[in-house]
Amino acid sequence: MAGETAAGRTGDVGSPASDDAAESALSLAAIRAQFPLLSRTIHGRPLVYLDNAATTQKPAAVLHAVDAYYRESNANVHRGLHFLSEAASAAYEGAREEVCRFLNARSAAEIVFTRGTTEAVNLVAQSWGRRHLGPGDAVLLSTFEHHSNLVPWQMICEECGAALRVIPLTGEGELDLEAVPRLLDGSVRLVAVAHVSNALGALLPVREVVALAHERNIPVLVDGAQAVPHLQVDVQDLGCDFYAFSGHTVDGPTGIGVLYGRGERLEAMPPWQGGGEMIRSVRFEGSTYAAPPHRFEAGTPNIGGAVGLAAALRFLGGLPHAAMARHEQGLLNQAARRLAAIPGVSLIGGTAPRIGALSFVLDGVHPHDLGTFLDQEGVAIRAGHHCAQPLLHSLGLTATARASVAVYNTAAEITALTEGVERARRFFAG
Amino acid sequence: MPDLQALYQEEIMDHFRRPRNRGALPSANRWAEGHNPLCGDAVTLALHVEDDVIRAIRFEGCGCAVSQAASSMLTEAVEGCTVAQAHALSEAFDAMLKPGAEPDATALQLGRLAVFSGVAAFPSRVKCARLPWHTLAAALAGSDRTVTTEA
Repeated sequence: MAGETAAGRTGDVGSPASDDAAESALSLAAIRAQFPLLSRTIHGRPLVYLDNAATTQKPAAVLHAVDAYYRESNANVHRGLHFLSEAASAAYEGAREEVCRFLNARSAAEIVFTRGTTEAVNLVAQSWGRRHLGPGDAVLLSTFEHHSNLVPWQMICEECGAALRVIPLTGEGELDLEAVPRLLDGSVRLVAVAHVSNALGALLPVREVVALAHERNIPVLVDGAQAVPHLQVDVQDLGCDFYAFSGHTVDGPTGIGVLYGRGERLEAMPPWQGGGEMIRSVRFEGSTYAAPPHRFEAGTPNIGGAVGLAAALRFLGGLPHAAMARHEQGLLNQAARRLAAIPGVSLIGGTAPRIGALSFVLDGVHPHDLGTFLDQEGVAIRAGHHCAQPLLHSLGLTATARASVAVYNTAAEITALTEGVERARRFFAG
Repeated sequence: MPDLQALYQEEIMDHFRRPRNRGALPSANRWAEGHNPLCGDAVTLALHVEDDVIRAIRFEGCGCAVSQAASSMLTEAVEGCTVAQAHALSEAFDAMLKPGAEPDATALQLGRLAVFSGVAAFPSRVKCARLPWHTLAAALAGSDRTVTTEA
């Protein structure tokens, strides 16, 4: 059960009364009004969007920022000497400053724009990995990893003759922190771990993993795609070497994401893609490369996406964080309580705090059938393996149903979910 | 608006809850395993084919109601068919699930299998219904490789 709260979050939010209090403290109606898509109907029913871990809906502030950029400031960056090019460059580099503040990085030079979390991990695997991995070396992952923080490591390990190692689950389904010191032997070159599990919503003990790895001078990459939407992430406080997240799970556009890398790490890394923007000078005999972050941004970047991401981070930063966290936790607690009361429902996950998402299975009803049933009632959830097949395999499952919340969800929507699950149970039981 | 009752027809739910021809087939001389990597649906077919006729067929598997009912109904439909007849059924089944298909055009040929016509209105579920048919094709082709719906 999600009894504990994450760092920076306080208070018991389990009771319906406090859910209501959090909703009014947030002016939930006003927040919802800023997300145009939330007002549409699906199959003639009001949309209940509980697939936020897959992607969130976008507030008008983001839509306007992207629209205004293309209408008023569109040009290529860092090239033209003309007015618009300077405006576009200022917007793009301003977005980088915004991300830097949001993550509390030391400098905007530590912020590399990517297509998303996946590309950020691939960047480190290709650039850092190719230089540092060889036969006999290993990369240590957790069992919880999304395929995007697993397959890039598998690929580079195969190429370099290195091995993948995995932090196992405890019998209770937690990350086995006690196994980590033993696994961090002389062969491990890097640790890559999720901050929050996308499949289960479990908050992982990233700070402890970083401390253990750093005692041995091993760098750590954190996949923050499911943490940034819900927690106040401070990369200096966390101490990790790399931190990756996507724009589209934090109310921003698709196709834009971020790799934070500690300055000295990025400085020591070679480019991973060649092209314009990332060079200092080019001769047929050879080229020299720009300093970070531009060294890692070959080609015309997603300028509109970066502008949209900055607007999303400003939007999120403008919400009262403690009230938002309390509200989201209240929704998850409500969902966990009501689902657990339905015969045949099992909640998936150990005792780690749940952040943003809750996974469950219903006896005798495949998650895809449940997903189709709920969709007919306008309720959008995710059903499947959540791109975390090794995790589900370790738990003896092939698929789960996952409900994931954002600040704009309501207690009434959680009720629509849980009542829908109960109706599905009766429908499929015949 | 697609209708849930049209997808989960009574007969489909009956085959899901009480699958026919489920289990192993010791006399089998054709096998194939199919899976849908996105859903985790898995179906294994074992056939005994003699003189170009499917004398016996059994399935094993796990997954959603649609994939498991489709497997169960496939076994009933093709047992006793010639290989050519099974291929023709498979083609008619595929045609029924194509977007904009006229269910009436294939209904006569498909018989009871026509209850799956409602699946066409749920594009994300079409592959669930087709999985056992793809698996059958692989088994009849004599390839014991694993087939997936994500070709």
